[in-house]
Amino acid sequence: MENTFELSVTVNGTSYQKVIDPRTLLSDFLRNDLELTGTHVGCEHGVCGACTIILNGDPVRSCLLFAPQVHGQEIITVEGLGTVDDMHPLQDAFREAHALQCGFCTPGFLTTLVPWLEENPNPTEEEIREAVSGNLCRCTGYQHIIDAVKLAAEKMN
Amino acid sequence: MTYKVIGKRVKRVEDPRLLTGGALFVGDVNLPNMLHAAFFRSDYAHAKIKSIDTSLAKEIPGVVGVYTAEDMGEAWEPGPPLVSPPPTLEGVVFNSRRQVPLVKDKVKHAGEIIAVVVAESRYIAEDAVEEIYVDYEPLPAVTNLEKCLEPGHPLVHDDLDSNLAAYLVQNKGDYEAAKKEADLVLKRKFKLDRGAAVAMENRGIVVDWDQKNQHLMIWDTTQSPIPIRNGMAARLGLRTHQVRVVAPFVGGGFGPKIMMFYAEEMVLPWLTMKLNRPVKWIEDRKENFYATTQEREQVQEVEMALSKEGRILGIKQKIIHDTGAFDPYGLTTPLNTQSHSMGGYDVQNYNSELFVVFTNKIIVTPVRGAGRPQGIYVVERMLDIASKELKLDPRDVRRLNFIPKDAFPYNHEIIDQAFVELVLDSGNYLPAYEKALEKIEYDKFVQEEQPRLRAEGKYVGIGVVPFIETTGVGPYEGARVAVEPSGKISAATGVGTQGQSHMTSFAQIIAEELGVEVEDVSLVSGDTAEIHWGTGTFASRGAVVAGNAVLAAASDVRKKVLKLASKILETPEDELELEGGLVRVADIPEKSISLGELAVLANPFRGAVEPGTEPGLESTKYFGPAYGATAFGVHGMILEVDPETMMIKIHKYIAVEDCGTMLNPLVVEGQIHGGVSMGIGNAYYEKLHYDENAQLLNASLADYLIPTSAEMPHIEVYHENTPAPNNKLGTKGVGEAGAIPVPAAFAQALENALPDFNLEITETPLSPNRLYELLYKSEE
Repeated sequence: MENTFELSVTVNGTSYQKVIDPRTLLSDFLRNDLELTGTHVGCEHGVCGACTIILNGDPVRSCLLFAPQVHGQEIITVEGLGTVDDMHPLQDAFREAHALQCGFCTPGFLTTLVPWLEENPNPTEEEIREAVSGNLCRCTGYQHIIDAVKLAAEKMN
Repeated sequence: MTYKVIGKRVKRVEDPRLLTGGALFVGDVNLPNMLHAAFFRSDYAHAKIKSIDTSLAKEIPGVVGVYTAEDMGEAWEPGPPLVSPPPTLEGVVFNSRRQVPLVKDKVKHAGEIIAVVVAESRYIAEDAVEEIYVDYEPLPAVTNLEKCLEPGHPLVHDDLDSNLAAYLVQNKGDYEAAKKEADLVLKRKFKLDRGAAVAMENRGIVVDWDQKNQHLMIWDTTQSPIPIRNGMAARLGLRTHQVRVVAPFVGGGFGPKIMMFYAEEMVLPWLTMKLNRPVKWIEDRKENFYATTQEREQVQEVEMALSKEGRILGIKQKIIHDTGAFDPYGLTTPLNTQSHSMGGYDVQNYNSELFVVFTNKIIVTPVRGAGRPQGIYVVERMLDIASKELKLDPRDVRRLNFIPKDAFPYNHEIIDQAFVELVLDSGNYLPAYEKALEKIEYDKFVQEEQPRLRAEGKYVGIGVVPFIETTGVGPYEGARVAVEPSGKISAATGVGTQGQSHMTSFAQIIAEELGVEVEDVSLVSGDTAEIHWGTGTFASRGAVVAGNAVLAAASDVRKKVLKLASKILETPEDELELEGGLVRVADIPEKSISLGELAVLANPFRGAVEPGTEPGLESTKYFGPAYGATAFGVHGMILEVDPETMMIKIHKYIAVEDCGTMLNPLVVEGQIHGGVSMGIGNAYYEKLHYDENAQLLNASLADYLIPTSAEMPHIEVYHENTPAPNNKLGTKGVGEAGAIPVPAAFAQALENALPDFNLEITETPLSPNRLYELLYKSEE
């Protein structure tokens, strides 16, 4: 590699130092260099939201960032929200409400909603619909996702 | 039948891994020494290739090879025909032309692959693609369905004398005779267009040729792993046991992922065997619009003969259907259109002439609905228009024409997509229709709310559309169920999963039969190493065909369990029950043995067995229906149109569905919601815009608009149950139902909302722009 960048980043609480091609997209860095394949790539043009991760507390599209842009920063991906034996209440609610079918868009919904629910603990249906209107899902028609968010809000309060 | 587990809203066993980012999708496969492929795709839709210069691309560091059709030599071969025309129909003209791995002489659609680059990373491979130079001789593109059969028109396939891909006529009764008795003969021309599936996961394939083991491993986002395995082995001169295809978790299919032997699927195995290294290709979203199949245009001329009471005496139809540049998938989609052009109505006379044409656009294969929406659209529109002309209530016209409930099985006599006569196995349409009208509060809306809202200057309308859906077609599927020494159950079936919840709903069937917990059943689908025979997940058939195979296998295992337990416990079989993973004596619960212990006993390590014994507690069974199961439903919607912006808001949406026995109501509702969202997209937001050069102008999610949560209404789902008589579960498919009636419901509701404009909608999709044109530019 001619051009390289020494990237330092904390992901899900772990610090990583990697030498990378500077034009590597953050989504590809997470998936290929760190093998955190829970973050999915749906469009690479910032529309579908499947690649959403939490950067310093805010949900952002990882396909629209180059990895060097997160140098020295903190990221949480879907893998950092919960484990199979200890799921986040939102993940539990998704399961209970059947809010996922193929599951491909799901990580992006979770990383969008977790920070949002912290700021909006008691949302209405309309507020939830607007909050996730930047995340595309082709399987569910969104209805069970809305139900899951309402359920999670109840659980979390 | 009262079930304990089947029919319950069981949480999905597949969810924890999917929710925590631990589920394997093809894009997640990462192998040591792996190479990455990128494709040079034609920008032109129709062009001769004069020369290809890959010399600069080959020099880029990290590029392992750049290949064209010439490099493939004898390995170059078009894909096999997947679905031949029905042998059961006479006089069919069918010109089979299939897609190729790499273009040789002439490009026939934009996005066709001219060269492939293999490199150490996808980034480098794409750099190299930019350095490939092709000299084209552009040719006029074939795009117009109505003109493309005219003599002298440019040809997509030069070895044919026209752009005709197929021609057939289907006939029932005598339309011309029926027409003579008619009080009203209506004629209309319809322009229909569908769209892309837009699964959130693009396609992908990872291949790994193990030279030492002489074994080819393929991960593929396919809905059809077993036929892919069979076809790959045949193409590569391998035995079937040398090829394994795994479709792991797949992020949505909706039809196009069942198209088999996509160019990429033909190129990558050749590459891995040539280079002796694993090769990976994941489609990006732009490629998805060019390289993944779509469903598209039909032009239909429909004539309907009616009595003055609104009774349908006959339907006559001419369909021109666009198949795109190739026709590997045969006539499935337009046959479905024909099968649904009579709806759920008692139509004695039907004549339908079908022309399938080649164009320079991407290949057409089924997308959720698969031709059915187009059939339902024209019959429902014709009935709406007839109701107006005859001055009848459109509801009464439906009621009058429904096939009565004691007329089933009802044979429509035409051939359907499964090559058998279209027999509607069961149905009870009137109660579903009345339920829909009741739930949408039709009378109240039309008599009170609508006039009140109109007086406020609001344009609100109602649409209620009944429909049928053929489901559960053959040929067959299989399932293997086995009790493991641990007492847990392992199972396998060939219908892969793209989100349909097979791992749970099939586990429910097994749990019901064997008295175990759903979580204790581990079902693998989509792995050719686990089950050898099957066709795939398509046409709303998983629950019916694979589900019944699962039931048959589980029942057989239950028989084996009881037989062995009866011996061990020295108790007659009819005094035994299966519960909690145990077999116990009904009145003496302490006298029991676990399934795991039985499984060990059934597979002795030493000693002799009785002649004819099969080891273990395992069974593989197949189910193949003589004909499909016909599901049905009714959708209703109330929508409001803003007369300035043409934007719509759906105030109320109800879906009455009847898929017979439900395996899991959560899953059924999810399928309906998802289908409706696709239907709403197809009705008002989604359109693939091709220009006169067959260039797709909106190949991105920013320009091809699929509904977001903001566009979707809350959908109330109501269930009816008319069990399917021809399978033990009594179940019917429901995967496509949501998408089928929506465009017709939209048309009805929009006309109802805008009475001052004398609107007659004979096209789909609409859009805010198009609705404006229809309302205000009335010189059409």
